[in-house]
Amino acid sequence: MSGIVRVAFASRAAAGRGKPVPLPPNERARPVHSTTAKIAASAAVRRRSLRWRVVDIVVASVVGVAAGLVFWAWNLVYAPITDPLAVVAPGAQALLYGVWLFAGVLGGLIIRKPGAALYTELVAAIVSALVGTQWGGALTILSGLAQGLGAEIVFALFLYGNYRVYVAVLAGAGAGIGMAVNDLITWYPAMDLGFKAVYFVSAIVGGAVVAGVLSWLLVRALARTGALSRFAAGREATAKA
Amino acid sequence: MSSTAATDALTPPRGAQAIYRVNPVAKLAAALALSLLLLVTIDAVSAAVALVLESVLFFWAGLGPRAFFRRTAAIWIAAPLAGVTTLLYGVSAGQSYLQFGLLHVSDGSIALALATVLRILAIGLPAVVLFATIDPTDLADGLAQVWRLPSRFVLGALAGMRLLGLFFDDWRQLELARRARGLGDTGRLRRFANQAFALLVLSIRRGSKLATAMEARGFGGDTVRTWARPSPFGVKEWLLITLGVVIGVVALAAAVVTGSFNFVIG
Amino acid sequence: MASAGGPRPRAGAGLRAEGWGWRHAGREGWAVRGLDLVIEPGERVLLLGASGAGKSTLVQAFAGVLGGVDEGHEEGSLLVDGQPPEGVRGRVGLLMQDPDSQVVLARVGDDVAFGCENLGVPRDEIWRRVGLGLAAVGLDLPLEHPTAALSGGQKQRVALAGVLAMRPGVILLDEPTANLDPAGVTEVRDAVAAVVRDSDATFVVIEHRVDIWLDVVDRVVVLAPGGGVLADGDAATVLRERGAELARDGVWVPGIDPLGGRPVRSARPGAAWGGPEAVLLPDGLRESAGQAPRPDAATPSTEPGSSATAVPARRGELLLSGRGLAVARVPGRVVADGIGLELRAGEATAITGPNGAGKTTLALTLAGLLPASGGDVIAAPVLARGVSGSRRARRAARRRDARPRPTRSATDAPAPAPRIRSSSELLADPIVWRSRELLTRVGTVFQDPEHQFVTGTVRGELEVSLRALKLPDEEIDARVLEVSGRLRLDALLRANPYTLSGGEKRRLSVASALVARPRVLLLDEPTFGQDSRTWAELVRLLAEQLDRGTAIVAVTHDRAFIDALADQEIVVAEGAGALAPAKGGLA
Repeated sequence: MSGIVRVAFASRAAAGRGKPVPLPPNERARPVHSTTAKIAASAAVRRRSLRWRVVDIVVASVVGVAAGLVFWAWNLVYAPITDPLAVVAPGAQALLYGVWLFAGVLGGLIIRKPGAALYTELVAAIVSALVGTQWGGALTILSGLAQGLGAEIVFALFLYGNYRVYVAVLAGAGAGIGMAVNDLITWYPAMDLGFKAVYFVSAIVGGAVVAGVLSWLLVRALARTGALSRFAAGREATAKA
Repeated sequence: MSSTAATDALTPPRGAQAIYRVNPVAKLAAALALSLLLLVTIDAVSAAVALVLESVLFFWAGLGPRAFFRRTAAIWIAAPLAGVTTLLYGVSAGQSYLQFGLLHVSDGSIALALATVLRILAIGLPAVVLFATIDPTDLADGLAQVWRLPSRFVLGALAGMRLLGLFFDDWRQLELARRARGLGDTGRLRRFANQAFALLVLSIRRGSKLATAMEARGFGGDTVRTWARPSPFGVKEWLLITLGVVIGVVALAAAVVTGSFNFVIG
Repeated sequence: MASAGGPRPRAGAGLRAEGWGWRHAGREGWAVRGLDLVIEPGERVLLLGASGAGKSTLVQAFAGVLGGVDEGHEEGSLLVDGQPPEGVRGRVGLLMQDPDSQVVLARVGDDVAFGCENLGVPRDEIWRRVGLGLAAVGLDLPLEHPTAALSGGQKQRVALAGVLAMRPGVILLDEPTANLDPAGVTEVRDAVAAVVRDSDATFVVIEHRVDIWLDVVDRVVVLAPGGGVLADGDAATVLRERGAELARDGVWVPGIDPLGGRPVRSARPGAAWGGPEAVLLPDGLRESAGQAPRPDAATPSTEPGSSATAVPARRGELLLSGRGLAVARVPGRVVADGIGLELRAGEATAITGPNGAGKTTLALTLAGLLPASGGDVIAAPVLARGVSGSRRARRAARRRDARPRPTRSATDAPAPAPRIRSSSELLADPIVWRSRELLTRVGTVFQDPEHQFVTGTVRGELEVSLRALKLPDEEIDARVLEVSGRLRLDALLRANPYTLSGGEKRRLSVASALVARPRVLLLDEPTFGQDSRTWAELVRLLAEQLDRGTAIVAVTHDRAFIDALADQEIVVAEGAGALAPAKGGLA
């Protein structure tokens, strides 16, 4: 094999069999974004794989675990912060419940694989359940499922190919819908329609802003620290900077 | 909460009682089945019946009375709080006692408040109790071997969860460091956000290193994996799931028979 | 050199790189390029090179864990036993430096079994190998033992056992002892040495502290920063011919002093006898917990015979002292007590002792970050001048005072009565100071620099405390320029702190504390894992600070650091709680 330049476009499986498979010059995958600078473009010149790598799985898990810990800390402090909202308009406390939704959107934005949002939010919920939240194990997991699914559906609607800020906002809103549906059935089934309406709208707006916009900004900030260098999300952001 | 508490959650003691030997997957299934059944209705009868049946079983839950109340303390607090909210803002019906803007206390909202409190206890208590004796490693084994969930994801999540104890230590260290850097006097919310960000950076880096370490040990390859620990699923597992379903069905039946069944949507 | 495989089932594997290079996706430069290297089966190789020479990239490539095609650009060829590494999973075992991310599962037995499971080894065989693996690294622990309860050295040995259980033909170690204290280093080194002695596996270790592995390896390869091999041969020859060059690049070469043999402390009488003064703590100190501070009760008596005793001149002004201190990371769980010490201007104190003895907790308590569980931290008036404290912290301190104070040896003496401190006494306790009041008085440098990064740029890190102090912009600019120039950070002011190298991160964490000009500076393991160049820079910088009158406290295991700087050494003993006297004859 000496002397042969093994071009890294070859699939890893092919490389595993020892066959050098240079990429035909005409097979250029579509660039991820037209604005992407040249370094990222050169790295991204290949078909985007939707298969999860080990690092995708582990980092999604770890982000979920860290988010679960942030939820835990938030669980300790949220009541005095959000309760005043409930006094202004009952149900409006859901505006800040968006904090519980950021894990899914963040996971989706970082990992960019099918199921990432759902998986990350679910892991976060399981961690909360294991370290003990006031909501009881299975219920916490159920709400994580609903919230993650809301964000996941939005990423799927964009075919796991668009991760701009408006998609993040929509994903946050989707997570908000998931949360509202689950909470209104589980916790507030007996509420007035007015309460339910306020809760529903607040959850969506809160999800869009807190989980959507903030997660998007978070990914950019994370990328600048170099922590996402093994992810397209990280390489794109640093290339733009 | 300390890192030792997190460590305890990750490797809980393996007790002698039968419940410790039940496959965690069965505990999860039983808790989920019971929860989903009880979620269907909001009425005091079904919740009360379920609660009575469950409380008999709590004796075999593998928790002493002290551990039981320590673990479930949060639910005992959360349930009445949700009850009060329902009392004030619940759908009103019958005699009205107090009205002030959206706030409205009536016969209807009193009944609903009672139902809400009982329902949260009936759903929350068994879930927490069943979770208390779950060992995450055993749960992962069960999810992958019994339910055949993809092993890469199950084990990835398990490995990530092991870092939880470290994150607790990190969190505390980050807190001290912010005081040392002169930021300890600023707003709580801002400091919380700053710390949460730092924790995410640390965790993602650690996660990337962990992923490399796992790959270096052959994780994620094409070889079919074997399992060092068996994950048996037999009679006692089915028994537990059946118990969960039976309690839920009996509770619902009682509500239907007494005419208090109140479907949650509509 | 290459031992024949003989009858054993799995002989060592050969490694071969030809014109090999790797460029990480998204980076312009190559991590490694044009590398030609052959390592024969069974060879034991030490891999050296300046930081950034691509050593880690190379061993990760051999282990097949560099990542997929979207993670980088590869050229040339890299083979293990004549095959690409991805095709021979399990043939190559890799152990890296951070113990916390080398262990995968929550229980020791499960973790060792993890690799075998992935390779599809049958269950009975897995547990047989787990037993053999743990025995090979000398760990006698129950299989159920939680990995979270292991020390760093034990974690590395568990991970090594997991590697061995996979029966690899190559064992690759990437600075496996960089994050360990000296005891952990020895522990891991000995385990590895035993393994290597008893196996035919090929062995490659990356390490900048050469002396650790000299007895284990038979060949040294030095990678050139730009790519290629700089030197290759037996250890003695390579170190003789390239030693000076390697030392300049930060490698710890045996026999080469990073400080060039010159003492760094200009005015230190103690330097004459070549070592720090050992401090004996009178036993009676343990009883002083809870009592009103006595001015001279805790003055350490010095060893009578040493010339260091008669030096009142070098005793600077008293800044901060601890009396009858009991320290706890978690309130109520005391890890060490009966501690007395004094920190004086221009003097360096080393806090030493085994892991888990409470050294860091002691430092954080002195730093005003953790409340003392018993006894007092007292800032001298000259240090406490001008503080107003935070009302909330004062109230919390009063509440703590009102409670009976737990000590580790609660049975020894009746619990002291609740006490009442006057306002001025209370304000002498740094725990009640405001966060920004700490800045100019007691600075803290954490063991992990990343814990203390709070902004997105190096400049931001340097400015943040100055802004908290509300200094004028010109003053801030001037100080940032001064300290960044002094610590060679001036070219990095716009970089994100997390993207810096290990040495740069350490320099930044020290700089961001120094920029506020604290009169007491506490550092937790400042030299941990540092290359010899950063080490020497740090030592010189701290010596300068001492000459300017800063009091320095360092929690450290680093004997060379102590010898170069410390005036006194405080030994926190394990278990006993009280301080044991430092060993005699330190010099």
